[in-house]
Amino acid sequence: MPAKADKSDLPQGTLDLLILKVVALGPVHGYAIAQRLQQVSRDVVQVPQGSLYPALHRLENRGLLAADWNETDSGREAKFYRLTRKGRAQLGTETASWERLAQAVGLILKLSPGGAE
Amino acid sequence: MNWWNRLWRRSQLETELDKELRFHLEQHALDLQAQGFPANEARRRARLALGGPEQVKESCRDARGTRWLADFAQDFRYTLRTLSHQPGFAAVILLTLALGIGATTAMFTIINGVLLKPLQYSHPDRLVTLQEKTEQATQYGNLWAFAYPNYLDCKRDVSSLAPLAAWRGSGGTLSGSGDSEYVNAMQVSAEFFPTLDVNPVQGRAFLPEDDRLGAAPVMIISNGLWQRLYGSSRAAIGSTLQFDAKPYTVVGVLPAGFQFDSEADVFTPLGEDPSPSLQNRSRHPGIGVIARLAPGVALPQAQSELNSIGGHLAQEHPDSNAGRTFIAAPLRPDVGDIGPTLWLLLGAVSLVLLIACANVANLLLARAASREREFAMRVALGADLSRLVRQCLTESAILGLCGGALGISLAALALGPFVTLWPGSLPRAREIHLDWRVLAFALAISLLTGLLFGLAPILRIPYRALERSVHAGARFLSGNSRRLQSSFVICEIALAVVLLVSAGVLARALLRLTALNPGMNVHNVLVTRASLPPDILANPERARAAWREMLDSSRSVPGVESAAIVDTVPMREGNNQVGYSTSPAFLPASQQPLALATSVSPDYLNVMGIPLVKGRFFDEQDRVGNELVAVIDDVFAQQAFGAQDPVGHRLWFPADLSPFSSGSQTADVVRIVGVVGHVRHWGLANDDQAQVRAQFYYPFAQVPDPLVRRWSELMSIAVRTTIPPTSVLGSLRRAVRGSTGDRVLYEIRTVEQLANDSLSRQKFLLLLLGIFAGLAMLLACIGIYGLLAYLTSQRVPEIGLRMALGASARNVLGMVLRQSAQIILVGAAAGAIGAVIAARILESSVAGVRSIEPLTFAAMVALLIAAAFLASFIPARRASRVDPMTAMRQE
Repeated sequence: MPAKADKSDLPQGTLDLLILKVVALGPVHGYAIAQRLQQVSRDVVQVPQGSLYPALHRLENRGLLAADWNETDSGREAKFYRLTRKGRAQLGTETASWERLAQAVGLILKLSPGGAE
Repeated sequence: MNWWNRLWRRSQLETELDKELRFHLEQHALDLQAQGFPANEARRRARLALGGPEQVKESCRDARGTRWLADFAQDFRYTLRTLSHQPGFAAVILLTLALGIGATTAMFTIINGVLLKPLQYSHPDRLVTLQEKTEQATQYGNLWAFAYPNYLDCKRDVSSLAPLAAWRGSGGTLSGSGDSEYVNAMQVSAEFFPTLDVNPVQGRAFLPEDDRLGAAPVMIISNGLWQRLYGSSRAAIGSTLQFDAKPYTVVGVLPAGFQFDSEADVFTPLGEDPSPSLQNRSRHPGIGVIARLAPGVALPQAQSELNSIGGHLAQEHPDSNAGRTFIAAPLRPDVGDIGPTLWLLLGAVSLVLLIACANVANLLLARAASREREFAMRVALGADLSRLVRQCLTESAILGLCGGALGISLAALALGPFVTLWPGSLPRAREIHLDWRVLAFALAISLLTGLLFGLAPILRIPYRALERSVHAGARFLSGNSRRLQSSFVICEIALAVVLLVSAGVLARALLRLTALNPGMNVHNVLVTRASLPPDILANPERARAAWREMLDSSRSVPGVESAAIVDTVPMREGNNQVGYSTSPAFLPASQQPLALATSVSPDYLNVMGIPLVKGRFFDEQDRVGNELVAVIDDVFAQQAFGAQDPVGHRLWFPADLSPFSSGSQTADVVRIVGVVGHVRHWGLANDDQAQVRAQFYYPFAQVPDPLVRRWSELMSIAVRTTIPPTSVLGSLRRAVRGSTGDRVLYEIRTVEQLANDSLSRQKFLLLLLGIFAGLAMLLACIGIYGLLAYLTSQRVPEIGLRMALGASARNVLGMVLRQSAQIILVGAAAGAIGAVIAARILESSVAGVRSIEPLTFAAMVALLIAAAFLASFIPARRASRVDPMTAMRQE
């Protein structure tokens, strides 16, 4: 039986958010998502490719993503993911809550030593 | 794509998944090649980056949310496969379950039909029944049937109950073209069928015009009668039938299966009956009232309206209605006192089911032990425990459901014979069949039993010891499991003891009851009701003469020794309870002592074989005009006179209830002329507990003119024969028929039958409990046999070692038997406690059962212990014959 634990270094749930964001830029296939994530994060964030596909399928089953089979530029058939309306809404709320969280974490980290006013 | 699509289009999804991942790998490899890697190295790096494709696929499949179902399907196939490898094992389990579930389902089907199902009319919850209620209670209680004028006034005034209908049971001789026959009938008001929302399948219901004095007589007939008399022809409507010598026009036919109160074939309008008792507000001639709550009205509203109507009527008619009001209650099916018996049987049968469960659990446990290595191996390969638990539960659920399906078929087969075998007739028998409720019940108990016995092997999965058992080769048996298995067998034995003792207590009670003296000679006596035509009934002198004539012609029948008439036959339904006093001063009505009054002709004592203790019985001189006389039984004598000699004393009967009352307002004085033996009127079993046991007899010839008609309607003829009583029936019928052929015999019984029937409930219960107890004992024996066989087979190497060290076969035998003795004795002790409780329940719900006699108790427990020892002897013997050399080589 496969290990179910997510071995990603990303914080829990962040992978979904990143995928949604990448897909929001236009229909894209799985390999391109992996590439894009790696390039954009300048290799800082290691996206384990093995957990990418389960995440894509989960999002598809939840109705946040939709998929069609289309030809790529090189003329090969690939599964292209696009955002559904539900997915777009989800992306909005998750982005907002991520920013709130990041802001709060940032504030806490900026506390001066002993400065618990 | 929704869940269903994901489930059904699995192969498409698999292809797509494969294609998607391949695309990823190839694309990655191409990119890497572009960066300068050689083709082989590029493919290798791409695969490494993705991780194993199979693992990725598995995770993607998990994401579909259909995994558990796929697992279930896998478990399902696996279960069928493993069971088909062990057909004997599977058959034993399924059969055990089928018996347990089948018996329980059959019992529940009956309870469902008889007790739980609502009445089969539309919106039965809106139907109510009405009674009159008096402020003062007499010894008969404070609830009364309606007076017909009161019914009419209620119907006129009430608005919250509509329609409001009256009915009463009747019966009479029906003659069309063929022979006359006696039929049960009902007199109903025009509102009766609309209230129940029943429409005739042919013709029409009664109209208000039919339901009044002087209306042209019309009748509605049952579907059964329609088939019997008319072959279901439309010609029935408009034809004429003679009912009690009066021509009625048939106007309607009821739907098949219609039943109210009891089954009747003929329905006539109540309002058309000219009997004076219907016009008298102070008479209550057995009229029942039912009604349907008007739309939007609740019962309390209707009740308060009835209260105010009752108040008005009490003011208007103070002499009949003072302190009298009307109460409404929901209409419920009348099933008599059958409820406790049925629940008792369901309880007993559930015990059998529990034993079956324990047995199956044990079998599975024994098997689980041999599968320990398989489980351990699977855990080692990465199966998580919840998955194993699910697999066990799937397995037992499948067994439970298959057993349940078999059980339902068994129940369906057994129901027919069960209902026919039920002593007397089971009320609402027509409504006993498998329906969705029964199926839901069967499904529920199948799953529940599956869960119960499925839990056992799960408890058995030795979580910690798993790795060890992989290494050890699982030859050892953890003590934990042995305890679990033993405790199942202990439970089985305990439950079997409960059932055995219950059966024993019943058997003992039945033995005692059949040995009781019924107080009369029950052999060679035939009793039959007889009906006289209405023109004879109308004239008291002619009625008395007709009875004398019928008795004379009965005596002339070859084989008949003597003949008498009697109104209430012992052990048959019907009794007449009368308050009496031994002095002219009366106690208040509610405190008067009661006695059973029986009206007879002089030969009655000879016919029934009742012993005369003192004084004399009646003769031809005891007739209207001479001194009123009565003969009392020894219970009455003891109750009213103690040690005194009652003969010559007088009894006073209050005027309104006296069977001698000629309408005068003074009490009747009756002289006691004799004392006879007590007869068990209420049946062999019930008589001891009956409220009213004292009996007295009075001559039918002294019943005053105004009462002769009513009494004649109730009379039965009893004949003592010299040959088997039923063989005189044909000639008796011909002899009493009379010149016009309208004197009909019906409800024919022998007194022996009546006496037997009075114990039939006990006999039937004993039969069933006996079967259940036998089954329980068998299952418990199989249980202990299986357990010991298993335990000893596990201990073969140990036994071999002992024997090699010098233990004799006797020692080994003793060792195994000691082990089984522990289990059996603990089980029997636990069962004994349960049995005491069960016996209490039996005592309170079955007439004639006394609390446990120690002998019965000991005998039953001993029986079980002996049987269990016998069962454990076989594996013990086998163990004692172990060859030490072979046994030790096994190790």
